[in-house]
Amino acid sequence: MTTVSPPTGTAVTRGRAQAPGPPRRARRRRVREAALGYLLVLPALGVFGIFVFYPFAANFRLALYRTPPYPGLPSHYVGLQQVGQVLSSSSFLQSLGSTALFVVMVVPTGLILGLLLAVAAYRRLRAMAVYRIIFSSTVVTSVAVSALIFGTLMDPVVGLLPWLGLNPSPPILENTTWALPAIAVMAVWQFLGLSFILMSAGLSAIPDDVLEAARVDGATDRTVFWRITVPLLSPTIFFGVVVATIYAFQTFGQVDILIGPTNAAFEHVNLLVYNILNTIEVNKTSGQAAVLSIVLFVLTLGVTLLQLRFLERRVHYGN
Amino acid sequence: MAQVVFREATKTFDGVTALDHLDLEARDGELLVLLGPSGCGKTTALRLVAGLEEPDSGEVLIGEQVVNDVEPKDRDVAMVFQSYALYPHLSVRRNVEFPLRQRGVDPAERRRRVAEVTESLGLGDYLDRKPRQLSGGQRQRVALARAIVRSPRAFLMDEPLSNLDAALRLQTRADIVALQQRLGTTTLYVTHDQVEAMTMGHRIAVMDRGALQQVDGPQAIYDHPANAFVARFVGNPGMNLLPLLAVHEGPPAAYGDVPGGTVPLGAPFVTDPALARAAAVVQGASSPSLLAGIRPEHLRLGEDGTIDATVLIVEVLGAEVHVLCTLLDGTSKIVVRQEAAARRPGAGEGVRLVASPGTVHVFTGVSGARVGGSS
Ligand SMILES: Nc1ncnc2c1ncn2[C@@H]1O[C@H](COP(=O)(O)OP(=O)(O)OP(=O)(O)O)[C@@H](O)[C@H]1O
Ligand SMILES: [Mg+2]
Repeated sequence: MTTVSPPTGTAVTRGRAQAPGPPRRARRRRVREAALGYLLVLPALGVFGIFVFYPFAANFRLALYRTPPYPGLPSHYVGLQQVGQVLSSSSFLQSLGSTALFVVMVVPTGLILGLLLAVAAYRRLRAMAVYRIIFSSTVVTSVAVSALIFGTLMDPVVGLLPWLGLNPSPPILENTTWALPAIAVMAVWQFLGLSFILMSAGLSAIPDDVLEAARVDGATDRTVFWRITVPLLSPTIFFGVVVATIYAFQTFGQVDILIGPTNAAFEHVNLLVYNILNTIEVNKTSGQAAVLSIVLFVLTLGVTLLQLRFLERRVHYGN
Repeated sequence: MAQVVFREATKTFDGVTALDHLDLEARDGELLVLLGPSGCGKTTALRLVAGLEEPDSGEVLIGEQVVNDVEPKDRDVAMVFQSYALYPHLSVRRNVEFPLRQRGVDPAERRRRVAEVTESLGLGDYLDRKPRQLSGGQRQRVALARAIVRSPRAFLMDEPLSNLDAALRLQTRADIVALQQRLGTTTLYVTHDQVEAMTMGHRIAVMDRGALQQVDGPQAIYDHPANAFVARFVGNPGMNLLPLLAVHEGPPAAYGDVPGGTVPLGAPFVTDPALARAAAVVQGASSPSLLAGIRPEHLRLGEDGTIDATVLIVEVLGAEVHVLCTLLDGTSKIVVRQEAAARRPGAGEGVRLVASPGTVHVFTGVSGARVGGSS
């Protein structure tokens, strides 16, 4: 720093000629910086390690053991045999089918409704912050509360449905046809807040003048929406699909509170996560539950990767 | 093809008046330049015509039709946005093509028009690029191409050349003028740039704080500014405005007192009654209520000068030199524009200035309105 800099023409070559000196010092500094970096993330790594990574790994081991119904008794190593057994069981296959159906019902509906609300709030209610709060409030509503509310609405005696003259028999939440869609409605409602917030954020990132230019260029509202808004929103929509899929795969509370293992329609609403809990709590077979959680993990990961691979190609990321 | 008319158009944003009873007409086939300082409402005026804003009161007409309630898409105007507003997810080709598609132009015709327009703007090599892969100047040309690719009733151009380099700007300026002449499409052209305004405009509308100051041909605006604002704003550097302390009837013509000297006011009182009235007013006023306006090129340094001044800065521009002086009151500044070959004074030097006879304008100090003087 104290040397007088030579004319710029020679500075470059001089710098290169001296190269062997400084890099060693630079490397040592880089190592020191890296060490400090690791030190700083250590607490977070510790917490994650204890509560996420370790259980995650231990779960794989657990899947290879037949666990005793009561604590204190020894587990038996059964290896992959248990995996095969669980995967071919009819209860698993039915649970998988219900979950897939559920995902198909929840993801598109949740996203499309969220987008519609966001568009409505953005265009007509621009100044009305209160609508945004209302629409996004489902995010902070607990599953238990929403399940209770919907449970009451769908109650065959005092609910809203009988009052409207809709009274399927058996009652909707015990009905093998309607119980799953009913849970899907609740899940969509619950997801709507997040969907609305996501879509609103996406919309507000679209520059007004681009939409205005389209209108001046002669585009109808419809064309503006489909040709400009949707493509520019595609990263958000894509992200929404991933989040919604994971959300749907992991839905659990509504089933736990409103259906339960004694319900007549139980087998048709036995979503994967609930199935896992049930396997532990009712069947007392943690080893099998471990297999199921691995399946859930692989499914979620697989679907997400597929979406990354195929959907993302159609996504436009602006500058 | 159609004229574009503002009738008493007013627009306010949360208490800020962006347009104040604007009465202005761009005649059929005319290129009308809107010129004014930043924030004076130029963009707002264009947005009213495009239908992107509604006037609070007053009317906007395109052709014979009042368009206040007409949707932007049905107004058939093309706009170049100050911010370009390109469609970021579409290639240059698709951007330029967009307005044609909306109008259902058939593909072959579409391809032909896009090729023609992009070629003329030097965009031929970039057709398949996305806007983010273009430089600022290239984007601006795409925005221009998207507007001129169709034949609307009017073009609205919001500083369409602001981001081009000097050479390209010169050429594109000429291209726009030629295109506008060929198509004869009514054009509202917004600019900050004096030279652009003077060279391109059939007429220039000068605006300030949302209000129209003057609308006239470029030379007329320069030679007969309607008020002190226009005088100062048009021209580079703008007109010098000096406090006019007194006006005298004197042989052969009227003259006025400015700090540190006198300036000739051209006509005698008999031929310029307004000046005579102003003289009476200024005599009675306790503080200077008139301004004398002199263009920098109408001043020169000379022993025969009638104004004493001190040189502050000498700016050399190559072809010409600007000499900035202060008058004896210590606050009034005055700029003299002289040939590069003329003798250059040094900073701090005392000089005498001569104002050419018949070149001094007189404005009232309060409203800035033109009173008389040189014509
Ligand atoms: N959407 C808006 N909300 C609030 N104020 C606005 C809005 N648009 C314009 N204004 C105000 O109106 C006035 C005129 O703005 P406008 O954009 O028309 O100016 P302009 O002449 O185009 O300026 P520039 O040369 O800087 O582009 C400004 O004071 C601006 O702050
Ligand atoms: Mg503007």
